[in-house]
Amino acid sequence: MDGGIVIVGAGHAGGSAAALLRQNGYGGAITLLGEEPLPPYQRPPLSKAWLKGEVGSDDLLLRPAAFYADKQIDLRVSARVTSIDPQARSVMLADGTAIGYDALILATGSRLRKLAVPGADLPGVLELRTAADGDRIRAALRPGARLAVVGGGYVGLEVAASARALGAEVVVLEREPRLLARVASVELSTYFAQLHRAHGVQVELGADLAAFEARDGRVAGALLRDGRRFECDVAVVGIGALANDTLASAAGLACQDGIVVDENARTSHERIHAVGDCTRRPVPRYGRALRLESVPNALEQAKQAAAYLCGKPVPKAEVPWFWSDQYDVRLQIVGMAFDVARTVVRGDVAAGRFAVFHLAADGALQAVEAVNSPPEFVAGKMLVAAGKVIDPARLADASISMKELAA
Amino acid sequence: MPKITFFEHDGTRHDVEAVAGQSLMRAAVDNGVPGIDADCGGECACATCHVYVDPAWFDKTGARSDMEQSMLSFAAVTQDNSRLSCQIVVDDALDGLVVRLPDGQH
Repeated sequence: MDGGIVIVGAGHAGGSAAALLRQNGYGGAITLLGEEPLPPYQRPPLSKAWLKGEVGSDDLLLRPAAFYADKQIDLRVSARVTSIDPQARSVMLADGTAIGYDALILATGSRLRKLAVPGADLPGVLELRTAADGDRIRAALRPGARLAVVGGGYVGLEVAASARALGAEVVVLEREPRLLARVASVELSTYFAQLHRAHGVQVELGADLAAFEARDGRVAGALLRDGRRFECDVAVVGIGALANDTLASAAGLACQDGIVVDENARTSHERIHAVGDCTRRPVPRYGRALRLESVPNALEQAKQAAAYLCGKPVPKAEVPWFWSDQYDVRLQIVGMAFDVARTVVRGDVAAGRFAVFHLAADGALQAVEAVNSPPEFVAGKMLVAAGKVIDPARLADASISMKELAA
Repeated sequence: MPKITFFEHDGTRHDVEAVAGQSLMRAAVDNGVPGIDADCGGECACATCHVYVDPAWFDKTGARSDMEQSMLSFAAVTQDNSRLSCQIVVDDALDGLVVRLPDGQH
């Protein structure tokens, strides 16, 4: 592979792919192209420790800045790719440079969905995707500042929790009748609404935003379609993300709300792989192709691409998993609640220590949502992967340990 | 700079220099030691940075927290000397530390 491997995108997926290629013994040239000015860094802390100012930029980095030179990885930051030419096997950068490749890994990530309402571009209406976004939000969140969070998903709720820790007044405006509507069970939605309210957050459900209102050229309020208005000094919009698949589709790669890849992270073009948020990938446990936005997914696919390109066995597909930290609550989810016929709650919801188990019609465990319950999560990881059939009555009985249930 | 020795499951040896005050997991990841996945980035959320601490060093690495204990109790191949490397802070007292890696993290 004389032309080497070019990786487009230097987030968690792209940065990990570069490191794993070297770990797997790849000796050719590796070029890692990132749009942002920073070397690859971790995004999960952006809504938590980074926002609260608890970690510095060195802690945020996936690996030390010197790592890339040490490993002969040509990391180019602030480098935007504008097109891919699969026939010529080259990528074109915004500054006019063309870089040839033997193999290409697309790790272009996702972009935030934009809110199409009047005032969405006002100063003070912010979003959280990058470390720079996090800096802007933190700068606006002085004690007593009034924050409107639009969107009660994980990012919005984590920002709300961090903003409370910084002394801000917070309202969460969620369009659906419950929080986390697309990504969690009703039990979890109810719990998190109660948790945030207990921490002084005003949670408004069925709150469909009509416009942001301005005063002195800055955001000053959020107006709902039902006429309610909420004053604010700053707003953070977190209403989901879209796959960055336009480079790939312009190059003729199969895309379907995400770059379509197989279990080896191969795209429809033999020399092009894709990894992370930008992909639609098979998840064998559920017999479906899914778009997953998570660090474990980015890492797993980076491993697949690196192993494949180095001629090593590609690791077996994992069951998807996620986590979220809000206040002193750790939520860990394993699996996807597809084809669920029955839901079992184990533990003490009022005490904030419980897990929601989702079972298919045949009793097979499909997913577990664990709140401050690591044993349920870790055991759940094994049980979901195995599709184990569990007796609901025994599952609900917290006096029977997860070890016994897993046996 | 405390020196740490990692042995992969197949016996491959990696001698790395850690940064005092950082976690053992970071020392592995920052130096490209294979076999430590650290999916969650060091938040004790995933149990994919599992290591076996050389028995001579085990007490010096401190006690497991309740969270770490829970996470480890279901790791595939837990031993008495199992730790999550993101929960061990490296300092000069750990200069010379030897750890071994399990067969896999998943």
